[in-house]
Amino acid sequence: MKEIRIHARAGQGAITTAALLGEAYFKEGKYPYAFPSFGAARMGAPMNAFVRVDSKPVRLRSQIYTPDYVIVVDATLMRGYNCFSGLKEDGVAIINGPDSLKVPKLKAKQKVIMFSANDIALKFIGRPLGNTTLLGAYAAATGELKLETLLEVAKTRFSGKILEGNLKAIEEGYNHVRAVNS
Amino acid sequence: MKQFFEGSHAVAEIVRLCKPGVISAYPITPQTHIVEDLAQMVADGKLDAQCVNVESEHSAASVVLGSEACGVRSYTATSSQGLFYMSEVIFNIAGMRLPIVLTCANRAISAPINIWNDQQDSISLRDAGWIQLYAENNQETVDLHLMAYRLAEDKSIMLPVMVCMDGFILTHGMEALDMPEQALVDKFLPPYKALYKLDTAEPLTFGALAGPDYYLEARYAIQDTFKDVLAMLPKISEEFRGVFGRDYKDCLVEEYFTKDAERVIVAMGSVCGTIKEVVDELRKKGKKVGLLKVISYRPFPYARVCEALKNVAKVAVLDKSVSLGAYAPIATDVKAAFCGKKKAPKIISSFVAGLGGRDITLESIRDIFRKLTVREVNGEFIDLKPELLKEKYED
Repeated sequence: MKEIRIHARAGQGAITTAALLGEAYFKEGKYPYAFPSFGAARMGAPMNAFVRVDSKPVRLRSQIYTPDYVIVVDATLMRGYNCFSGLKEDGVAIINGPDSLKVPKLKAKQKVIMFSANDIALKFIGRPLGNTTLLGAYAAATGELKLETLLEVAKTRFSGKILEGNLKAIEEGYNHVRAVNS
Repeated sequence: MKQFFEGSHAVAEIVRLCKPGVISAYPITPQTHIVEDLAQMVADGKLDAQCVNVESEHSAASVVLGSEACGVRSYTATSSQGLFYMSEVIFNIAGMRLPIVLTCANRAISAPINIWNDQQDSISLRDAGWIQLYAENNQETVDLHLMAYRLAEDKSIMLPVMVCMDGFILTHGMEALDMPEQALVDKFLPPYKALYKLDTAEPLTFGALAGPDYYLEARYAIQDTFKDVLAMLPKISEEFRGVFGRDYKDCLVEEYFTKDAERVIVAMGSVCGTIKEVVDELRKKGKKVGLLKVISYRPFPYARVCEALKNVAKVAVLDKSVSLGAYAPIATDVKAAFCGKKKAPKIISSFVAGLGGRDITLESIRDIFRKLTVREVNGEFIDLKPELLKEKYED
């Protein structure tokens, strides 16, 4: 079983991100359970979305406390809040943060990938919504999902120009991590 | 074929397949997605129904009361304060024997205001004369809606059914499930033909005055029918298995490793999935533990509960609601089931957890099993933070 915890603010698309991740895992034959947890239930308030995925139906319904992977959609959440609490010893954190921000230091075996997914999104989608870019990065950094599956899932979710932009954003996120890793 | 669904969307889809003629609801978190989806389906011409916009839940319930009385299959959904605002009409719907199906997206009750999940809303309406069924996951949520209409509309039953699904955990939870095909739904659920209906050509009165000479019998008739529900639900479940292949046994309770168990937790709804995980974990360590999941809360299957638990030494009842000033609701029923019985658990302890969305973790469940000792406890709150109780207001 793998557990993914997404940190975002309400309105930044974390639920869609979890839904797309869930859809992608489902397409690859896994049993995902994706769900949100709201904080103050107001736009801009810190919130989480979760994906728990297994080779058999997921029964566990609690929130995720010891994630394998963490996705931080908004780097300002790292101020005064530990987005990496419980992250597994060999876990991976993917952070949407500006180049000016110092990359957080995690444990020796934990991998941190930080880049401005918002800049990429702005370039391709025209809005600073880095979610799909982060998903591309997630696929490359974890090896959990195929890039093609993510693109396929995006096609069922978006259409027209928005789709075009998101497809490019996913690929760019994927390629960014591949380039960093090589 | 399995598809990946959000729980609310899955409910809207199964309701569409059940072909209601009238839908009326007022949006409230976490029920909103269900009725948004249904309204969209009607607008897109995918569902031939009247979607009646109203200004409150009281009106939503009144609209479906009226449409159902006209002999039209009707549907509504709500949560929390919305259900309470409906409550006056909710009792009337049962009293008039109108087989409406309502989805309760379970949410805590104000005050303090809280949008998160517990089961206080539907539990508080347990005496309304509605059948109440609780789902563990979204496949069950879908299947229970289908069985709910069959059960409600059976001529020997004619009672409304509330299908209860945990807010957010299920309503906003996305998972893979089998959505039944229309042809099979049609086979399982024929069009609704009312025995009696409002018709200007043959006028009738529903919900007329009944004085002391009649009222008592009207209430008795419902109480008597609930006994029939206990026999009818297993039959419908058996037929459901024949058509759709999924087996809910008697659909009153589900027994999970209860047969040789020394310690069993009784619970309802999505928390049962988490409990199953802990049961598996403890079984691997050789501990004889199990789960008794209650699906039908009203009618409460006393005989089935006794049969399942009579040889279990220690029973813990987990309630996600409270009856303030008394024992917890499910615990009360489980204890009553064994009152005066020779074969009974030595200990029936009661725990309250998850109120207002307090997360019920694996550790919460382990804690309940640990606290299930020879010392019986009543209404012990799990994951309570004592330090918060000491906080004082200072300005």
